[in-house]
Amino acid sequence: MTHSPPKPPHPDTLAVHAGQSPDPATGARAVPIYQSASFVLPDTDTAAALFDMEIPGHVYSRLSNPTVAVFEERMAALEGGAAALATASGQAALVLAVLTLMGKGGHVVASASLYGGSHNLLAYTLPRLGIETTFVPARDLDAWREAIRPETRLLFGETVGNPSVDVLDVPAVAALAGEHGIALLVDATVTTPYLGRALDMGAHLVMHSATKFLSGHGTVIGGVLVDGGRFDWDASGKYPTLTEPYEGFHGMVFTEESPVNAFALRARREGLRDLGACLSPMNAFQILQGLETLPLRMPRHVATTRAVAAFLAKHPAALRVHHPDLPTHPDHELAQRLYPAGASAILSFEIAGGREAGRKFIESLSLFSHLANIGDAKSLVIHPATTTHFRMDERALAKAGIGPGTVRLSIGLEHPDDLLEDLSRALRASQK
Amino acid sequence: MRIIAQGYPAWAFTGGVAYDAALPAVLLLHGAAMDHSAWQWQSRYLAHHGYAVIAPDLPRHGRSPGTVRTSVEALADWAADLLAALGRERAFVAGHSLGSLVALELAMRHPGRVTSLVLAGTSVPMPVGDAFLAAAKDDSPAAHAMQSTWGHARLSQLAASAVPGASLLNASLRLVERAAPGVQHAGLAACNAYAPDPARFESLTTPVTVIAGRYDQMTPPRAGEALAKRIPGARFVLVHAGHSMLSEAPGEVLAAMKTAFAGAPTGA
Ligand SMILES: Cc1ncc(COP(=O)(O)O)c(C=O)c1O
Repeated sequence: MTHSPPKPPHPDTLAVHAGQSPDPATGARAVPIYQSASFVLPDTDTAAALFDMEIPGHVYSRLSNPTVAVFEERMAALEGGAAALATASGQAALVLAVLTLMGKGGHVVASASLYGGSHNLLAYTLPRLGIETTFVPARDLDAWREAIRPETRLLFGETVGNPSVDVLDVPAVAALAGEHGIALLVDATVTTPYLGRALDMGAHLVMHSATKFLSGHGTVIGGVLVDGGRFDWDASGKYPTLTEPYEGFHGMVFTEESPVNAFALRARREGLRDLGACLSPMNAFQILQGLETLPLRMPRHVATTRAVAAFLAKHPAALRVHHPDLPTHPDHELAQRLYPAGASAILSFEIAGGREAGRKFIESLSLFSHLANIGDAKSLVIHPATTTHFRMDERALAKAGIGPGTVRLSIGLEHPDDLLEDLSRALRASQK
Repeated sequence: MRIIAQGYPAWAFTGGVAYDAALPAVLLLHGAAMDHSAWQWQSRYLAHHGYAVIAPDLPRHGRSPGTVRTSVEALADWAADLLAALGRERAFVAGHSLGSLVALELAMRHPGRVTSLVLAGTSVPMPVGDAFLAAAKDDSPAAHAMQSTWGHARLSQLAASAVPGASLLNASLRLVERAAPGVQHAGLAACNAYAPDPARFESLTTPVTVIAGRYDQMTPPRAGEALAKRIPGARFVLVHAGHSMLSEAPGEVLAAMKTAFAGAPTGA
């Protein structure tokens, strides 16, 4: 027998409304910016109860803030998660996830195709705290499996790798995580909940750099971490931070307090409290403004990206074009399955003539901005070999999947014809 | 805390502090396919304000093993045995949804055991729709979605949550999804089948508070009010919440409970 569940609001509606009621104090329809460090405690008993988590509410904006909470609840709704925590940056969201789950002696297995900042954190900074990471090729499930050790506490990858544009098989890696009782964290910055919901695919935790498509206009730095609420921390037995009394909060056992919100509780009560990487109310407001149009912007980002990919695929100066929506991409089928509406607005290609041609190409573009970011309304370009990875020799670059002529584009919201015209002109100039 | 009730282990949350047999007891009974964490806020507050909180996971729910009970009466006997196992002659008792019926039946079967009765999200009878029961019978994801969606104020996701950063609807969905096979159906069927003789309400000697959610889609406030009218002296409190008022309006529910317990003629 088939049963029809009640229909939840569509993502477009959630993007505009989730997590916000008209302001009870003023009736303001837009999200008010509660630019206040702290909140008045009505009496000493209420104060004590708020501090002790006996009643919910706002105390101090490092822990929670009404404007920031709207962003958090909107993301929880859009991702289908039980709770979300906003952070000062995408980078802070990753730190918060790792340190909530493990301490010294912990181990992470991560995809090798990661944003450079995430790689820095995992490869250089966390080892100083006794947390090691093994990097594996995103597509090689056997490598993921072989890298898991008794002390592994997290699997981590990007839905669509930045800048390499390869697609993580989230359902397969999630199944592996489930077999080992280990949580899977997915960085969904590039896909956003609009193109695909990682929690529905089996991920346990999702993070974003809200700096990118969520805010969408290149105006803020921000991040968010969403707790799916499905992972059974007790059954796993690998997460004493969540299942054993925490001296830092009156012996609270987070999985007793709430089995489905244990991770988010600890991440807020310890991580935001002690690490302090909270999001400011002003930035939360800017991200919310962007989020309201996410369902309008993403289809346009994706459609123009496809037009650019098709154009480059036929251009003699573009030797290889990497985008999962192209049938030539090794992850094409996987991308069609996981992201039927399109797999991202990021693409990369190898320019004929290598490093020197790449330099000329970038310097000849006029609409594309040459900068280190993605997910802006404005189209962006970067040439890793002459910028982010300029110290590497050709062999090291090849190992990182970056050729001397690799160029990465982040496609914005300009008219596609204008972008193609700009690319066409710059490609011609690059070959002179 | 582990307790042996009806010869079988049960687990109860004590609000984040060690159980103290010297303090007055509060027994908190959760609803169908839920667990102790439905009472998260009230448990923690009361446990830090002079009460010994006992928020059990009903048999086969949460951390309690055992077999699922299929009637309100069987659950009431189990709850009575749980109190007896703790050596409690009396307790303040609050129940939510299925738990409210268990609490009510406990007070009627074991007069004197219940010092003050709080019934939240309640109605007698508590009919459950055929489509909902059929979906639960199949352990269908549709049944989980029905419970969490109808279990909150309409379109609750489109409003601010009482708990900053939390999606109360998704969190409750996750809790229902965790229920062992058959557990949700057993709970809903027990609600649907419960049909006490209304004349028994007359004999209730315990002070009763009925808490109803203004936006409750499962046990509408007028049903709660009707029940309150049939119980002599019952107090009726309307809160700004749907059926999941324990998390949707934790402060208002707590305030009603504090009044109910403080005003009780005898301690627990
Ligand atoms: C995929 C991805 N994850 C994480 C980050 C880090 O985010 P933030 O710069 O907001 O700290 C970035 C930033 O470039 C990114 O592209």
